[in-house]
Amino acid sequence: MTDQLTASAVGAQADVIGPTAGDVPEHPVLSAAELTAAQDVPVSGAALSPADIDRIRADFPILERTVRDGKPLVYLDSGATAQRPVPVIDAEQEYVTGHNAAVHRGAHQLAEEATDFFESARQRIAAFIGAGNPDEVIFTKNATESLNLVAYSFGNATFSDQPAAQRFKLGPGDEIVVTEMEHHANLIPWQELCRRTGATLRWFKVTEDFRLDLSEIDELINARTRVVAFTHQSNVLGTINPVEILVAAAQKVGALTVLDACQSVPHMPVDVSALGVDFAAFSGHKMFGPSGVGVLYGRYDLLAAMPPFLTGGSMIEQVFIDHATFAAPPARFEAGVPMTSQAVGLGAAVDYLGDVGMKAVAAHEASLTGYALQQLSANPGLRIIGPAGTVDRGGAVSFVVDGVHAHDVGQILDDAGVQVRVGHHCAWPLHRRFGIAATVRASFALYNTPAEVDALVAAVADSQRFFGVG
Amino acid sequence: MEKLYQEIILDHYRTPHHFGLRDPFDAEVHHVNPTCGDEVTLRVRLEPADDNDDPIVTDISYEAMGCSISQASTSVLTDLAIGRPLSEVLATLGEFTTMVTSRGTIEGDEDVLGDGIAFAGVSKYPARVKCALLGWMAFKDAAVQSVEASAAP
Repeated sequence: MTDQLTASAVGAQADVIGPTAGDVPEHPVLSAAELTAAQDVPVSGAALSPADIDRIRADFPILERTVRDGKPLVYLDSGATAQRPVPVIDAEQEYVTGHNAAVHRGAHQLAEEATDFFESARQRIAAFIGAGNPDEVIFTKNATESLNLVAYSFGNATFSDQPAAQRFKLGPGDEIVVTEMEHHANLIPWQELCRRTGATLRWFKVTEDFRLDLSEIDELINARTRVVAFTHQSNVLGTINPVEILVAAAQKVGALTVLDACQSVPHMPVDVSALGVDFAAFSGHKMFGPSGVGVLYGRYDLLAAMPPFLTGGSMIEQVFIDHATFAAPPARFEAGVPMTSQAVGLGAAVDYLGDVGMKAVAAHEASLTGYALQQLSANPGLRIIGPAGTVDRGGAVSFVVDGVHAHDVGQILDDAGVQVRVGHHCAWPLHRRFGIAATVRASFALYNTPAEVDALVAAVADSQRFFGVG
Repeated sequence: MEKLYQEIILDHYRTPHHFGLRDPFDAEVHHVNPTCGDEVTLRVRLEPADDNDDPIVTDISYEAMGCSISQASTSVLTDLAIGRPLSEVLATLGEFTTMVTSRGTIEGDEDVLGDGIAFAGVSKYPARVKCALLGWMAFKDAAVQSVEASAAP
């Protein structure tokens, strides 16, 4: 099964890309039944062999390069941005060289083809995340914009006279609940929404063992709660949060749920319908897709009632000189000409991940994470900032080295070709919670290997020797 | 790596000079590096010179949390600045800033920079330039505030 999938990826890579005007899009628009079937095809859950990973690595040209005077690249920063496989690069090129036009405008052939490429990507992405309806997938520039879209739409509802928007109005006495482990992208939009509307921000604390503290959940999520916004998987700790518990608590009081899925959708099977969340946000560039494209998933009945965020072309129904009415979702939330080639590339990225199978992706990354935790824990001068085991934990492995600042560790790692992230990883409150200024974070993706974990572990020991603490 | 982390830098990192917050001072500032969360709280004390209007930097005291580059560069700054006329210190600051932001194209003048010359290697690592400048920019801010405070009626 895995041979088959990599063969298909290689096949796509070998295709000659050139002007193909008049070709139908590679992925025609699918019916809902076909989408469901397509989603079920590739997943086997079978473990990927080292040979499979070698073949997958060959799909990512950048992994062959060297850095810092000839050191092989050891890319352990996929949590910040992942690398792109040839089929994704080719899909963008095919679209741009053969089919580029402004989507949803004009009646000419190129416009039709461009629109088909764009909408086909939407359908495949919807299927990939288990959205019941492609119109529940809104293209944004990144997950940050997706989360701001929801927050600003609720803010706009607060000042709207539209009957449908009244359910989203916020004011003094209302509460928005987040968590202490949020990325700034799922924190600051809610801080600002509270500031604008007078609502109160509350948050779940994080326990000493790096899990959400649910001991006060019934007090935190209460009749005043209107929104519960939380991350599926912490980008620092790797902790996977109990979505079902939080969704059940929110639903009990009629609060809306907003899931930051940036670190989950690229790394494990995610079915937004099964999770029961109202909204979910993720970015293309963290899942082998292009930068400049993200997704907001939203339950259709909610999107249909929400006021727009950005306004202008393409998002309208009728326009008069002094007012306008707005299109149905997703168009309502996609003002202006969208990021078309990026959306096409993201469509190719979910095809690529789907061909491998998300269970296989998750299993491979869990095995790498387990190995990294084991190897790093053997170093007495190192403290893992995250759960010690792989249960309910993803592949972001953050740590501090006693006596060596994270920036300095990162510099020594970089000198060895090991590319990690250092700093607070846009989760400053979480770092404050643990009294640390900065951590080193290694984050894994499908293309990483145990040998790369070994390179990380060795380079950390080098940094300790260099700074005289090892 | 040894070019970046010269022994002078590691020495200042392990044993920072003039560390701690002291009185008296004319201005206190708090600067952070938003990309990594490093912080410095820095105080400056200026005293009038006997024979001109160029004040003397009589003390720089600080508390900081950060990487070796930011800690060492602040320590070196205090060595270079304390006891010297403000105009000279600002000239040194200009030379230091030019060197570390030069992407390796300007070596820096050791006669002006003293131990600060050890940070020449930082200029090849753009991500670390802010680390090297954290304490220096805090000093500049505090010195300006000190001068403004003394000029106020």
